[in-house]
Amino acid sequence: MADLRRPGLGHACIAVLRRDLTLAWRQRGDMVLPVLYALIVTSLFPFALGPEDALLRRIAAGVVLVTVLLAMLLALDAMFRSDIEDGSLEQLMLAPQPLALMLGMKILAHWVATAVPLIVIAPLLAGMLHLPAPVMPVLLLALLLATPLLSLLGGILVALTAGTRRSGMLLALMLLPLCVPVVIFAAGALAAAQEGLPWAAPIAWLGAALALAVVLAPLACAAALRIALDS
Amino acid sequence: MPAMTSEPSATPLLEARALSFHRQDEPVFGPLDFRLDAGELTLIEGDNGSGKTTLMRILTGLLRPEEGELYWRGQPLTWDRCSGEVLFLGHQLGLKTELSARENLRFAIGLHGHREHSDIDNALTRVGLAGFGDEPVRKLSAGQKKRVALARLLLVPAALWLLDEPYANLDRTGIELVNGLLEAHIAHGGAALVTSHGAVQFHGGEPQRIRLHG
Repeated sequence: MADLRRPGLGHACIAVLRRDLTLAWRQRGDMVLPVLYALIVTSLFPFALGPEDALLRRIAAGVVLVTVLLAMLLALDAMFRSDIEDGSLEQLMLAPQPLALMLGMKILAHWVATAVPLIVIAPLLAGMLHLPAPVMPVLLLALLLATPLLSLLGGILVALTAGTRRSGMLLALMLLPLCVPVVIFAAGALAAAQEGLPWAAPIAWLGAALALAVVLAPLACAAALRIALDS
Repeated sequence: MPAMTSEPSATPLLEARALSFHRQDEPVFGPLDFRLDAGELTLIEGDNGSGKTTLMRILTGLLRPEEGELYWRGQPLTWDRCSGEVLFLGHQLGLKTELSARENLRFAIGLHGHREHSDIDNALTRVGLAGFGDEPVRKLSAGQKKRVALARLLLVPAALWLLDEPYANLDRTGIELVNGLLEAHIAHGGAALVTSHGAVQFHGGEPQRIRLHG
């Protein structure tokens, strides 16, 4: 047909990103919730454990890491929900663009809307717990690799549980074993940095896992969502 | 009806052979045979629960038929073969209620591409939403939301329209609008499948009818 102009892949990617980020911004009240949660949890630790500098310094990196990852879980199950409910996902599937790529863009937008604010306040949280200054860059690097990994792994599970009612419980159970390696590698790097040891190896493992997930997770999401809608 | 198209009329756009669907061993609709050529309108009629929406979802490729075969331009239908050529308007309109009509349409264009000589302002005027383009869709009435979704038909190129209950929630001018859109689409060599449980007035010739029994 001559009278049509197909948008390029780049255009379509930007369209999806722009729509999802605009939506996140219009509903920014939802974006504040994980940040508040992380702030409250971290500020409760000194009250519960006592304000000893040495103790807080030792647990600071681990507490911030786990808090940020848990805070991300709060928003995870909303990743595709509204799209399934209002029919946007069907429209996305019928578009001429590869679904996996479009879902990858949705996951990216979700990561920007939920994880980036958490990473931005992470230095504040770590400072409240007296994290030694040299460990701070390692913490940020670990978070920059661990949070997108969790978004991607979470995206697969959200897609898998999309067809089921009350998927929240199932999602939490399935996500736990996937969280553990992420936390182990990130915490390994942080512990090494705190001891003054080389910390590059665990970070490299996180990076490798992220590279694998960037390629495979959108494909898995696309397959899972096609099955979810085929009912 | 003259088919104003360069496609060879020997291979239909869409063809179904002995198509049937069961849900938990209950037959939803029986074996269906039909073909749809470019420049042709087909009405799918049936009562509530007779499987009209299910048939629509099968024809988009979102749902797999249990028995029977579907061919798109002579080849077995899969979602990647017909994607981009089919425009589906379902019960769920696929609109983001937090975004304005204009933003929703801009997204649809970004994803599906747009027809030449079409722009969002003209399309909004045509569907009777001039001046509502920047309102969030959640503030619009059900009929106005439907009209936003109909504006997509004007903007996005597609060979086949699958319209599931396009007349629902619309007033008399809205119904005329849908009929006008369909006539223009058919006249330009497009094809359309429309479900309805009521009488449809179509002025561009007698449409083909498929009757589903519940």
